[in-house]
Amino acid sequence: MIAWTIYATFAGALLLLVLPRSAARWLALLTAATGLAVSCAAFFNVTDPGTLKNIVQIPWIPSFGGMSFHLAADGISLTMAVVTGLTGVGAVLFSWNVHRRQNEFFFWLLLVIGGSYGVFLSADLFLFFVFYELVIIPKYLLIATWGSTNKAYGAMKLTLYSFFGGALVLIPLIPACLSAGTFDLQLLSVHVFPLAFQAWAFPVMFLGFAVLAAIWPLHTWAPTGHSAAPTAGSMLLAGVVMKLGAYGALRVAMNLFPQGFQSWRGLIAILAIIGICYAAAVALRQRDLKFVIGYSSVSHMGFVLLGLATAQRLGVSGAVLQMFSHGVIAGLLFAVAGRMIYERTHTRDLFALSEMKLNRAIPFAAFTFVVASAASMGIPGFSGFAAEITILIGLWHAYPVLVPVAGIGMALTAAFTLRALRFSFFGDKSPAPPLECLPITLAEKCGASLLMAATLAVGLYPKLLLDRILPCVDAMRFLKP
Amino acid sequence: MITLLILIPLIGAVAVTALPRNCSRPLALLFTLASAIATCLLWFRFNPGLGGLQLIERHAWIPAVGAEYFTGIDGISLLFLLLTSIIIPFALLAERRERSFCALMLVLQSALYGTFTAQNFILWFLFYEMSLLPAFLLIRMGGGAYSSRSATKFFVYTFLGSAAMLLGFLAIYLSKGTFDFVKLAQLAPKGLVSGPIAWVVFISICFGLAVKVPLFPFHTWLPDAYTSAPTGVSMVLTGILSKMGVYGFARLVLPLFPQELKIAGPWLLALAVCSIVFAALAAWAQTDLKRMIAYLSVSHLGYCMLGFFAVASGSSHSAIDINAALSGVFMQVFNHGITAAALFYFAGLLEKRFGLRGVDDFGGLMQRAPVFCAFMSLAMFSSLGLPGLNGFIGEFLIFKGSFTLAALASSVAALGLLFTAVALLRAMQALFSGPLVESKSPFPELTARELAVIAPISILMLWIGITPQFLFNIFNSSVVQMSRLFS
Repeated sequence: MIAWTIYATFAGALLLLVLPRSAARWLALLTAATGLAVSCAAFFNVTDPGTLKNIVQIPWIPSFGGMSFHLAADGISLTMAVVTGLTGVGAVLFSWNVHRRQNEFFFWLLLVIGGSYGVFLSADLFLFFVFYELVIIPKYLLIATWGSTNKAYGAMKLTLYSFFGGALVLIPLIPACLSAGTFDLQLLSVHVFPLAFQAWAFPVMFLGFAVLAAIWPLHTWAPTGHSAAPTAGSMLLAGVVMKLGAYGALRVAMNLFPQGFQSWRGLIAILAIIGICYAAAVALRQRDLKFVIGYSSVSHMGFVLLGLATAQRLGVSGAVLQMFSHGVIAGLLFAVAGRMIYERTHTRDLFALSEMKLNRAIPFAAFTFVVASAASMGIPGFSGFAAEITILIGLWHAYPVLVPVAGIGMALTAAFTLRALRFSFFGDKSPAPPLECLPITLAEKCGASLLMAATLAVGLYPKLLLDRILPCVDAMRFLKP
Repeated sequence: MITLLILIPLIGAVAVTALPRNCSRPLALLFTLASAIATCLLWFRFNPGLGGLQLIERHAWIPAVGAEYFTGIDGISLLFLLLTSIIIPFALLAERRERSFCALMLVLQSALYGTFTAQNFILWFLFYEMSLLPAFLLIRMGGGAYSSRSATKFFVYTFLGSAAMLLGFLAIYLSKGTFDFVKLAQLAPKGLVSGPIAWVVFISICFGLAVKVPLFPFHTWLPDAYTSAPTGVSMVLTGILSKMGVYGFARLVLPLFPQELKIAGPWLLALAVCSIVFAALAAWAQTDLKRMIAYLSVSHLGYCMLGFFAVASGSSHSAIDINAALSGVFMQVFNHGITAAALFYFAGLLEKRFGLRGVDDFGGLMQRAPVFCAFMSLAMFSSLGLPGLNGFIGEFLIFKGSFTLAALASSVAALGLLFTAVALLRAMQALFSGPLVESKSPFPELTARELAVIAPISILMLWIGITPQFLFNIFNSSVVQMSRLFS
């Protein structure tokens, strides 16, 4: 059933090309909602989340290493499919007012969503890679055509980084698959590669994936890309595309090369923790609201990488939880910054915004931003806290020395989020009356409510996700020494 | 039952946000009234003769990280619940403000109820942090020149403290596999964490709570926050939010770290004495009335810390002294909550009438508004610790207990009493007597509405001052149980 997320999304995208303009956004919404509904249904109905269960397997190019159209899902894939669905619906709702070349816009948007579903559900590495690369081009076009500030630069930088990462992934991927004689992820994950091969293959492949997850110091594409992209683009980029990297690192790199992972994970942890603190410190000094959120994404993805590096049951599960949580929270933050604020005020400069009394002009946006900030800071009750505490428990087991540093990172996160909140909405020092602007539309309210409900639900009841994530992590090879 | 208590204000907050603006204040008052009634019901169903937890509710929540929905109350919790149910309506009545103020106040109330009833660290932490954001937004509403700066200072300071506390507790969880306060307290005598890391854990938890109380030298956020917040918010901040720190020490530090406290006790005792004496001296030097009350709060909470640390590090193990000191601490918590809130209320009234709140901006008020001055002096005398009023009992018991437990520290701390008295008497003299200050506006007498707000509180102050036994009854068994840890 879950395979229909992919089919429906691509079918919707193709239909968009032939249907008239007036139907475009409704069709896009319908397609995205179908994806969300299907993934939620599969997520709630899963019986045995611990094993990678086959969905479809059709031979594709059997003569060359046995590539096939092979989809499979376990608890982690389903979790990621749900966050893709949520962000997808949110992205469509927050692009309700896109008027320029509407059909085309939603076509590319759906391609990104469909490609992401594909990555999360592939069980064939060749197919995985096809979907992985498929996401890059629509992303480039979305930013370069519908973006804002410095869009050509941002789009190009992001694309070059992504291709570079993809190339790095491919270098060890080909010899690995050839030596094992299969592209099948299930077979590969029980194949034992020679230690010497793992020792170089793991770091190259992990780095390739980690570029997309914005590992320090290869994170610089993220803030520029995020701020150049249109709102829906930023939401998908932060919400889903960055997760593709982290998911690949977990599913492919770590699972295929467990010994390589064990010998390199210390370095990964150090890079991750530098990323957490460094990006948070940089965010504290930004003037552009989208740059603040862009750097906060880098900082949060640092937690994902840190969780993975613990090589510990709860740490890794926390990383997956954080992928979900950050997808939702970053989507919300970018929706407020890009759609609710920027399209009404035409500025993202924090000092300019602080003159506008936005908390009185658009109170719903202020409320949404407060909730999103609280979630982003890791206030208990929101998904961010559930994820961070799970990661921290793992970290205490693996690297207790790094725990206080992570604590500093969390405090810095609180500081910069609070600063952004204060300047953007509550900077009511100026005597000027509140800005006159259009009220928040129904589409925006629906999108924001959906995402807020998701972060609150997972924050209050993380068992919902953990029950499906923990068995998968338990089944992974790298946990066993 | 407890869940209901936590939910009532939360539902109230939603209702206030959803319904039209003009009915938000009556609605908020209605919901605080409902939660006050719920608290009273809890009080009736509570059996004060038992020492342990009562009215327990527990459900599985996130088993993977040891989090559980586990609430229950003992006498100490009940005392804090009662205080919350008194102060929040008082603050809502004191401050006439728009919708968001009422809604945030109700969220804060729910968070406070949760903090005082949660018996699992993760749940406790959830409520503890839930109070942070509403408090931040409420302080910002002050609207003064520094309000947003002080709100940020408050937030970042407290957040840093709670992050440290969280990391400390994670270490405990890893070594013992539970976040349950009751189980941890049973395991504590053998030490929760072994090796040098135990000290890291102890220090980080103490730091987190010391910021909240606040204990010298982590108190610097407090005068700024209390001064720039709206009056109603300052009342809640000093009345209950600072008590969350004291409650944390009672629930998290004393039962869980007996060995560490034995060694670190004298140092912490020194910090408590510094809090008492320096903050009282600082209060003496203030010209801004609200700032003066803020420093007095630091000083008064220092007595609570003095009581705790004297018990923890004490040389003698006499159960009577320990009992006295601990009972004194909880009396002080309750009384200081009421008294300090009342003082802030009066400072707010003065500011509303004159637009100024400097100690020297007034004079001769006694001639113009005798009733106002009478009620305000009552609150000030209570804060000063005059026998017969509520403030006296707590301080007296704390000193009674701690003089035998820690003689030197208590003698030095007694100086704080003197300085507090000087600071308050100086303020009284400047405000009430002396020549009439020429003013642009007349100084009206207490209105009937203001009288209706302050009269019940004043009666409560007198009542506790004369017959404090009913308060003792609430927490006596719990204190006896707690003192067994140390005797």
